[in-house]
Amino acid sequence: MTDTTTMSAKELLGFYQEELYEEARQAKIEGKLVCWSASVAPSEFCVAMDVAMIYPETHAAGIGARKGALDVLEVADEKGYNVDTCSYARVNLGYMELLKQEALTGITPEKLEKSPAARIPLPDFVITCNNICNTLLKWYENLAVELNIPCIIIDVPFNHTMPIPQYAKDYIAEQFKEAITQLEEICGKKFDYDKFLKVQEQTQRSVAQWNRIASLSSHKPSPLNGFDLFNYMALIVCARSKDYAEITFKKFADELEENLNKGIFAFKGNEQKRVTWEGIAVWPHLGHTFKGLKNLGNIMTGSAYPGLWNLTYTPGDMSSMAESYTRIYINTCLDNKVKVLSDVISGGKCDGVIYHQNRSCKLMSFLNVETADMLQKENHLPYVSFDGDQTDPRNFSPAQFDTRIQALDEMMKQNKEGVSNE
Amino acid sequence: MSRIETIISELSSISNNPRKAMEDYKKETGKGSVGVMPYYAPEEIIHAAGFLPVGIWGGQKSISKARAYLPPFACSIMQSVMEMQLEGVYDDLEAVLFPVPCDTLKCLSQKWKGTSPVIVFTHPQNRKLEAANKFLAEEYRLVREKLEKILSVQISDEALNNSIEIYNENRQVMREFTDIAANYPNIIDPIKRHAIIKARFFMEKSKHTALVKELNSALKSLPVEAFTGKKVVLTGIMAEPNEVLDILKDNGFGVVADDLAQESRLFRNDVPSGTDPLYRLAKWWQEFDGCSLATDAKKSRGPMLMDMVKASKADAVVVCMMKFCDPEEFDYPIYYRQFEEAGIKSLFIEIDLETTSFEQTKTRVQSFSEML
Repeated sequence: MTDTTTMSAKELLGFYQEELYEEARQAKIEGKLVCWSASVAPSEFCVAMDVAMIYPETHAAGIGARKGALDVLEVADEKGYNVDTCSYARVNLGYMELLKQEALTGITPEKLEKSPAARIPLPDFVITCNNICNTLLKWYENLAVELNIPCIIIDVPFNHTMPIPQYAKDYIAEQFKEAITQLEEICGKKFDYDKFLKVQEQTQRSVAQWNRIASLSSHKPSPLNGFDLFNYMALIVCARSKDYAEITFKKFADELEENLNKGIFAFKGNEQKRVTWEGIAVWPHLGHTFKGLKNLGNIMTGSAYPGLWNLTYTPGDMSSMAESYTRIYINTCLDNKVKVLSDVISGGKCDGVIYHQNRSCKLMSFLNVETADMLQKENHLPYVSFDGDQTDPRNFSPAQFDTRIQALDEMMKQNKEGVSNE
Repeated sequence: MSRIETIISELSSISNNPRKAMEDYKKETGKGSVGVMPYYAPEEIIHAAGFLPVGIWGGQKSISKARAYLPPFACSIMQSVMEMQLEGVYDDLEAVLFPVPCDTLKCLSQKWKGTSPVIVFTHPQNRKLEAANKFLAEEYRLVREKLEKILSVQISDEALNNSIEIYNENRQVMREFTDIAANYPNIIDPIKRHAIIKARFFMEKSKHTALVKELNSALKSLPVEAFTGKKVVLTGIMAEPNEVLDILKDNGFGVVADDLAQESRLFRNDVPSGTDPLYRLAKWWQEFDGCSLATDAKKSRGPMLMDMVKASKADAVVVCMMKFCDPEEFDYPIYYRQFEEAGIKSLFIEIDLETTSFEQTKTRVQSFSEML
């Protein structure tokens, strides 16, 4: 067994990511069950049943970041997927198609062979949840039908009115019961409620360490480079119900606190302005977006996206768990969304906001105009938006991004010098 | 003019002029109208309040003002609805009922630019569970409460059950109409068929029912038409603007059945029987299948379309793909594969309410017609 005690947080992150994929591949070889899951679907049920988990969104982001998206996007395109639909979904559905071809013919398609992403096994069933979009319902319907496998759905209705009413929590909690029944049938064994409680407790410990990291960006200057959260996010998605996430996040938070105490900051002495990034990362151009900001001395200290996994609840209480999975800010009304972002901006002591108009994500793009307007009236901070895409490299223009963040930089400078932007 | 022509002309004129229909209703009853956004809102609650439910389906328009609030990758129908909100087109509505079965509608429900109050509710998507019915009935209870407050009326269970019966009768008569119309594709050409169905959105339903009933019996008294063209089933959100239907007509196509969200999806199922009207309305959503906006892990739409083709003896399916509608775009690769496997021919055309150039659609339809 590998000794992880001496590893740095960064090493732990790489180690556990690979470990999770290896566990899934091994499970498949041994005839155990593998499940593909939406990134913020409850993981507790499957983990309590010892099912190996794969998270297609994280996998797709990895393919995008390793510049391998175009090959699989082409496969989805040939299957009739419109280029206007979510690129995570298209990358994954294209990848699934290649795995399916391999399973049916015994021959590994060339595009699969040369894909830079970790190899993943096909699922025996899937679980989805629409707390971050309804696309996850459509995408998983298609996986289930194409592979002829069961689909567990956790539907968390859009919270058009806050606070979340009890009848919505009751509906979600009823679905948890149904998911357990479905899982018992799929796994051919009784649900282990004792283990489930332990998994819930583990999930809470992981989430607590995750929140501990995120809170460190409130220090000025910040020991945390917000873009690192995009990388560490892989484990809050894929391993929050295991100790892998807790161990890694604790290590990272400890390292950051130690740096803070020693006066070592993310941008050394070069942190000039602080920004909030609203939206998903542009994975194929992560380096460009990060460096563009860094070169201007702008550090990202605010992002509501990592907060999607702030799944704090009381273990043993299904209604509380239901609430944690449905209250995600993009599943709530505009007023609440603005409130959450406002806290992110002030928590990160930000000087400006960048909105990602994400071609892949209608839900995270279509309210940006109103959100930006309401926030600016409240905090008088400048903002810009740019056109991008989470995994389709063709929908991002480096030049446009650079121009926009330069404009933001100018406005933030003026603001700091006391010139109004209104 | 024959009675058939008169009825068609009356319904076409209503479907082309919703504003006049609203004004006429006001003159007649003293009551106003309530807007109904797509998709699948329980209009019966508005009807039971004595107000006129008016369908909001955008319209053929160039987009300018809406550009400031929506990126170009929002669906065509919502671009045009947003444009019309900004022009004040909907401001005479007493309220707007706003369901949110897709991500675009979730966002749009939070940014109404008109002056009418908006009542948002969410359809559950784990639809086959009893808990989903309970949830939706509760959402509908709140819709009723909000409507009562805004319209200053009481909506009793009795009135609501009565409205459900009126709507069910309309649904039944509309199903009869689409079956009968398939036998008369010359008299009921694609444009007339659409107008007769669309008039439902702007009329008190029992009035619409009465006219369509009369039309049905007048049609039935005629001998079944010989038709030399090709018979097709339409699927998608809607088949507008009329230029699209004109192209189908000019190329000899007759619409013998449809699976459009604006047309048959609304009346292929009745609201089930029962005593609690809100629960009945909720149950309709549970029993409804074959629509991209109603989650279905079995994806019964493909097989359902193939059954429709068989039952209506259609030559092909015309996919009317709403531009940038991701739920519809996700269904397409699945049913397309199923069509290919079953040897069912299909034509993909894009629905764009902004476009004024139909050359591409024309070419596609022409070459498809030659292929059949």
